[in-house]
Amino acid sequence: MLCMLCKQNPAKVHLTQIVEDKMQKVDLCEECARQKGVNDPASFSLADLLLGLGASQEIAQTASGVEIRCPACGFTQADFKKAGRLGCAECYATFAEGLEGLLKSMHKGIRHVGKVPVALRQGRDLNERLKHLQKKLDKAVIAEDFEQAASLRDEIKLARNQLESMPAK
Amino acid sequence: MNIHEFLSPPVETARRTGPHDRIVMSSRVRLARNLRGFAFPGWAKKNERVKALEVIRPAVESLPELNGAYSETMDNLGPLDKQILVERHLISREHAAKSTGSGLVLNKEESLCVMINEEDHLRMQALRPGLQLRQAWMAMDQIDSELERKLDYAFSSELGYLTACPTNLGTGIRVSAMLHLPGLVLAEQITQIISSVNKLGLAVRGLYGEGTEALGNVFQVSNQMTLGEVEADIVERLNKVLLQIIEHEDNARNVLLEKKPKIVYNHVGRAYGILANAHSITSKETMNLLSLMRLGVDLGEFPPTERALIDELFVITQPAHLQKQFTGKLTAEERDLLRADMLRERLRLVSRPNPKAAESGPALDKRN
Repeated sequence: MLCMLCKQNPAKVHLTQIVEDKMQKVDLCEECARQKGVNDPASFSLADLLLGLGASQEIAQTASGVEIRCPACGFTQADFKKAGRLGCAECYATFAEGLEGLLKSMHKGIRHVGKVPVALRQGRDLNERLKHLQKKLDKAVIAEDFEQAASLRDEIKLARNQLESMPAK
Repeated sequence: MNIHEFLSPPVETARRTGPHDRIVMSSRVRLARNLRGFAFPGWAKKNERVKALEVIRPAVESLPELNGAYSETMDNLGPLDKQILVERHLISREHAAKSTGSGLVLNKEESLCVMINEEDHLRMQALRPGLQLRQAWMAMDQIDSELERKLDYAFSSELGYLTACPTNLGTGIRVSAMLHLPGLVLAEQITQIISSVNKLGLAVRGLYGEGTEALGNVFQVSNQMTLGEVEADIVERLNKVLLQIIEHEDNARNVLLEKKPKIVYNHVGRAYGILANAHSITSKETMNLLSLMRLGVDLGEFPPTERALIDELFVITQPAHLQKQFTGKLTAEERDLLRADMLRERLRLVSRPNPKAAESGPALDKRN
C-alpha cells in the first residue's frame, strides 16, 4: 500500500477515525506522517487532515480557471491548498462559496450560535428594538394616533443616536 | 526573571489536586481569537506579526488575572526553555517553534496561558487539575470578555470568531482533558472506547504517542466541532463523556483485579523493579512504567502519599527537564544513564508494592 499523500513511499502509519458513523482511513508514509504532524498528537487530528485534503479540492473547484485572490491580504486558493489555513479574516468572505461545503462536513452547523462580543450584541439588540418601534409607529400612524406616534418617533430618534454613538464594529 | 525561576518546581505542581484526579490529570479550555485588520500569523509578514504582538501583548498584560505574569517574546526564549514549557503542557509544539513576532504570557499559578501569534493571533488557555471543565470555561470566558473591550476581534455574526483554520471557526473553543487510562489499556478495551468517543464527534489523541499509541497510558479527549453549537453545550457534552470514561476505567480496574489479579500485580511489580533498579532507561519506557506505578498507588499497592512523587517523576524525567539539571549538552544515551540514576535515588525509600494492601480494598474514585 502506498502513502495517500505522496503516492510514492509505502504507507507505514495507518489511522482510522469514526466521525458521525463515517469511517475515515488514512495511510501515510513516515515522511508525510511527520510533515502532517501525525507524530505530534497535540496538533493532529485525522479529521483536520482529511478535511484539509477535501478543503483544497473544494476551494479549487470554485476556481474554474479564474484565480480568486483575497483583496485584503492577497491570499489565493493555491495558498489554501498548500497551508490548509486562511490568510486573514476577510478570506472567509472572499472564499465563502468554496468554504460552505467544507464547513458543513466539519461542523455541527454553518451558523455561529455561541458567544458574541458584548458591543456587537448591544448593537444587534438596538437594531431589533428599532425595527419593533418602527412597526409600532406605522400602526399608530394608520390608526391616526398622533400623540403616540410622536412619542414613538422620539424613542426611535434616541435609539438611532445610541446606535450611531457605538464604536464601529 | 527567567522562565525557570518563574515556573513552580515540579515537586509543587505534582501536589495540585482536583476532582477525579486519579483518572483525569488535567482539564483545559482553549479559545482562538484574531484581530480585525491583521493577516493571520501564518500568512502575515514578520513586521506585521511584530505589530500585532505589540497591540496584543500590553492588552493581555493589563488584565487583572495576569497581574505579575511572566511575559516574554518567543525569540528571547532558548530551545531548552521552550521544550520545558511544552513538557509542562503550557505551550504547543507549534508555538515552541516560533520566534520573532510571537509571545507568551503566563500567570503565576500556571492556570492561564496566552500564546500570542501561534496559529491564531491569540490562543488562550485556562488549565485546571482534575476534572474541572466548567471552571476552566468560566475562567476563560471571563478573560475573553475583558479582552474584547481592549482588542478589536475578527468576528462575523454569521460565522462567529474567525480563525486561521476553518476547523476552529465559530466559537474557537477546544475543550480537552488528559486522562490516565491504564485499566482500559490492560483490559484491551481502549480501542473500543476510542472508537465510541470518536463516534460522538470527539477526538482522542495520545499525549506524546506516535500514531494511536499513547505514552504512559495518557490520552487527551477533546471536541472537534466548533461551529453551530453553544460553548456551554460543548463543555457539558465533553464532561458527560468524560464521566462515562471514568466509570469504564474504574470498571476495567475492578474486573482486572477480580479476574486477573496476578497480571496486574505482575505489571506493577515489574514496573517498580525496573524503575528502582535500572542503570539506563529511555524517557518513553520511564513514562510507561511510571504509569503502571501510578496504577499501583490507585490500587493501594503503594501508600497514597507516593502519588505526588510519581507525578513529579513523570515531569522531571522528560528530556528537557533532565537536561536542565545538568550543564553541558547531554546526548540521548547520557540522558538515559542520568535518568536511571535519578529514578534509583528517588525511589530508594519507596517500599516494594504490596498486593495484600490492594486486596483489602482498592481506593475507588468516589469524589465528584
